[in-house]
Amino acid sequence: MRVPPDGPWSAYDPPSMVDQEVIAALRPELLRFARLQLRDAAAAEDAVQEALLAALRNTGQYQGRAQVRAWVFGILRHKIVDLIRQQHRSVNASALGAEGEEAEGALDALFDSSGHWTLSGRPQGWNDPDAALHQKDFWDVFDACLNHLPENTARVFMMREFLEFETPEVCRELGITANHCHVILHRARLALRQCLERGWFGPGAREAAC
Amino acid sequence: MLRLQCRQAARLLSEGMDRPLAATERWPLQFHLLACRNCRNYEKQIDFLRRAVRGYGAHGLEEPPA
Repeated sequence: MRVPPDGPWSAYDPPSMVDQEVIAALRPELLRFARLQLRDAAAAEDAVQEALLAALRNTGQYQGRAQVRAWVFGILRHKIVDLIRQQHRSVNASALGAEGEEAEGALDALFDSSGHWTLSGRPQGWNDPDAALHQKDFWDVFDACLNHLPENTARVFMMREFLEFETPEVCRELGITANHCHVILHRARLALRQCLERGWFGPGAREAAC
Repeated sequence: MLRLQCRQAARLLSEGMDRPLAATERWPLQFHLLACRNCRNYEKQIDFLRRAVRGYGAHGLEEPPA
């Protein structure tokens, strides 16, 4: 994104070239997230553009890359929440159904016939998981685990957890029953937890210490 | 008192993150958790998941905040 010399922010401190590049580099990730939540490419594009523009107008406040990212994602989150509330749309119910059948198979492997965790499925103890939140490599694994979720499952989960919709609102927006909602969220948590254990927290998940 | 299996306890732990549990759900769950380390681990880990996702937009931190 290049700033025209007589652009709309002539009344403000223009964003530095570094800020512009940092912000522009977020675009693919923002788009991916917006498309996942909005399922409308044009609306996603608009939301991301607005978030990027708002970010560029406020670059004087940034103290580092992490703040830029948090700021831009925060703006995008608000725009997506507003859009979802304005426009009621249903998730593809048959896609949810198909995803559900596949997930049930995966869930079966976690519990045995008497309802206990199986040996391969049981949650192990994680040592100081919050420390992982400060490590970039962890977030790469986390992103991969999110991307591994079926698309509609990921959408419901992020709507609940990242956009922080209350559960009744999630169900209402997507046109599904409360029970169905709970089932999807449950599956998402089971899958994510297992993925993180395999990819990060479990024994042998990481070859070398950071 | 209803004895829960892990499969049911895990489901209740997840639901408890999205709606208030009734007393008839909460007590058997707590009872189960007393005796089941796997489910206690699961409880901690889905709490962690929530914290992680809430901080999702902010990741890219190079070092721990001061």
